Amino acid sequence: MLYREAGQFKTSYSADQAMLTIPLDRVFVVGLTIFAIVGIPLLASEYLIASILIPVLILSIAALGLNILTGYCGQLSLGTGAFMAAGAYLAYKIATNITWMPIWIVIPLAGLCAAAIGIAFGLPSLRIKGFYLAVATLAAQFFLLWLFVKVPWFVNYSISGVPTAPPRSVLGFDVTGATATNEAKYLFVLAFVIALAWIARNMARSRIGRSWMAIRDMDIAAELIGIRPLPTKLSAFAISSFYCGVAGALWAMCYINTVEPTAFDINRSFQVLFMVIVGGLGSVLGSFLGAAFIFLLPIFLNSAPGWFGYTVAGDTITHIEFMLFGALIIFFLIVEPHGLARLWQIAKEKLRLWPFPY
Amino acid sequence: MLTKKLATAGLAAAVAVGAIAVAQAQEGQYIPVLSYRTGAYAPNGTPFANGYVDYFQLINERDGGVNGVKFIVEECETGYKTDRGVECYDRLKDKNGGATVLSPWSTGTTYALIEKATNDKIPILSMGYGRTSSADGRVFPYVFNFPSTYWSQATAVVQYIANETGGLEALKGQRFAFIYLDHPYGREPIPTFDILAEKFGFTYDKYPVPPATMTEQKSIWLNIRRTKPAYAIMWGWGAMNSTAVKEAANIKFDMSRFIGNWWSAAEPDVLPAGEGAIGYKGATFNGAGTGYKVFEALKGVSGLKGGDDMGTVLYNRGMVNAAFVVEAVRLAQEKYGKGKHVSGEQVRWALENLDLSAEDVEALGLTGLMPPTTVTCMNHEGTNPAILVQQWNGNAWEIITDWIPAMTEIVRPLIEQDAAQYAQENNITPRDCSA
Repeated sequence: MLYREAGQFKTSYSADQAMLTIPLDRVFVVGLTIFAIVGIPLLASEYLIASILIPVLILSIAALGLNILTGYCGQLSLGTGAFMAAGAYLAYKIATNITWMPIWIVIPLAGLCAAAIGIAFGLPSLRIKGFYLAVATLAAQFFLLWLFVKVPWFVNYSISGVPTAPPRSVLGFDVTGATATNEAKYLFVLAFVIALAWIARNMARSRIGRSWMAIRDMDIAAELIGIRPLPTKLSAFAISSFYCGVAGALWAMCYINTVEPTAFDINRSFQVLFMVIVGGLGSVLGSFLGAAFIFLLPIFLNSAPGWFGYTVAGDTITHIEFMLFGALIIFFLIVEPHGLARLWQIAKEKLRLWPFPY
Repeated sequence: MLTKKLATAGLAAAVAVGAIAVAQAQEGQYIPVLSYRTGAYAPNGTPFANGYVDYFQLINERDGGVNGVKFIVEECETGYKTDRGVECYDRLKDKNGGATVLSPWSTGTTYALIEKATNDKIPILSMGYGRTSSADGRVFPYVFNFPSTYWSQATAVVQYIANETGGLEALKGQRFAFIYLDHPYGREPIPTFDILAEKFGFTYDKYPVPPATMTEQKSIWLNIRRTKPAYAIMWGWGAMNSTAVKEAANIKFDMSRFIGNWWSAAEPDVLPAGEGAIGYKGATFNGAGTGYKVFEALKGVSGLKGGDDMGTVLYNRGMVNAAFVVEAVRLAQEKYGKGKHVSGEQVRWALENLDLSAEDVEALGLTGLMPPTTVTCMNHEGTNPAILVQQWNGNAWEIITDWIPAMTEIVRPLIEQDAAQYAQENNITPRDCSA
């Protein structure tokens, strides 16, 4: 009733190839985007923007990146944190050494550097698969972090080794550094999120995305129908690392304000991997749902007792948080192995019939 | 029907939450606490947090707060993670009339919050940790790290080794081992050690311990056994410390030549190693044990969290941290109005003008716990000697030296150089402190 496809005819190829073919979907996504751009900065509290939305959006970019590699192309990677670190350190290096360069160029440039590193570490993927590839990407995780800590060039020979994000502005508004307002940072991050999500969605349903999925589903068959494995896999590594690099740069510049290696350690790689698994492998929407779920659940569990007037000791809450978090992940993996995105899809299918089921 | 019931229940819950939120708003100095009672750093984080909150409880119950203004203390669990620390800060900073002072208890979190807190006009008291160069008050007006910084501490530790081995000249040709947590905290003193090594002609091997695998140090200590350093110096935290002490005991390293910094020398660090830990040394600025006046005052206080932690090195240090905050609030009230709520900006002024003499400390009942401290606009680490050295005798930590001064002539130029670089990158014009 509310949500139906009946009677919606596509009369041209462009209508058939539109990103969102159902008008209601289109209205919803466009409305949500406009609300995120206009409504949130006007309505949301500082805490919601600075501590919830900015990190969730940044992690969504990282999850999108890993989803391209793991979800679409089927290459398991544990190097997400390292590629994020590459983006963060190189964004800092570029921003402080080429000071005239606008920050909205610096960040994609840092992403490109991360992509180049990603290609280098993606090379073994032609020969090794599955868990062995995961181990190879684990090498990237440890090697890159070691490199950035070891070589002081990356932090401009700063004595403390933990440089602060330099203040930079876009259109006269500061978006990084101490003077930037949360709204400006949020809109800056959101611009990247919208652009990258749009690109990812379109890549997934174009030639390159289909070749990734062919490699994922059966690489020998894909090779037989004329998909070259090396460029396909490396393109997935490059694009995935680009996304992760942009996410890392934004994390350092717009969220925690410092470039510190512990923000990108192995736990970050696992966190992003969980986001992709819980959100839904091979789904753009799933990346967002997974990022929100994994990042917000601990904070929600942590602050929920307070909303109902209970004061529970901080350590007890955290222990409960660990248990609930683990239980929920297992629950999701058993009940819905295809992730939150699949739940959303089921809900949509139900809505097509509602309120008149057969 | 069901939906209606659910809606009613939801509405009732929403109203209840609203009512509680109103009830929570009360007058007082608000102290957010970024504690970590879980995870690998909990053995150290818990006693420290207990000491901190208990001292506020003491002031509230015994004195009714500072001139009648009570402290409202709220904890937020960070697990020693930087991003959770930032989230906690954002969640708590505006509650109850705004945070008075923030003690992040993590060097990583301190780094991440310097700009935010400066912008929000909330002073950060990173007591003996954090960004060393924030000792330059001209560039970092809102950040304080007295009673001493890591760099000062590093020079004082080297000075202590020199005293033991026969003067600074005797350092020439010596080989040391530096075991540190591979985290902003652990790396902080490296530049100072580099300069000291060059100046005094000693060498040192760096042994980073990754936070993720900090309880696996076998290979590090095998290396140390092979290279036979004259002294081992450690910048550790959490479960890393006890592991290192155990491993050192396993390779029969001479424990009196193993020196931890002041976050690596507390009871949780030595107890797991048992007999093997006897002789292990550490820097400190506060005494251990309960033989101080303040503990008599604590006896009648209700709702204390300390329990068995009372008298441990870190519990006592947590109390010192709280005492600095209380005295800063007292000083701020003297200037801006007694018995009134003071803002973060006013407390910042007080922290910068804090001057606690030995008599003041005695009046607080904290002699032997809190070092006399004088802070100035130029110097946010305070003009005090750096460290005492304590040694574990199997039952308790004993202080075995007098105050050992830092080599200020080496540290201060480094601080100013790093602060100047920070100021330049962030377009900050340093304040003029002569006014």
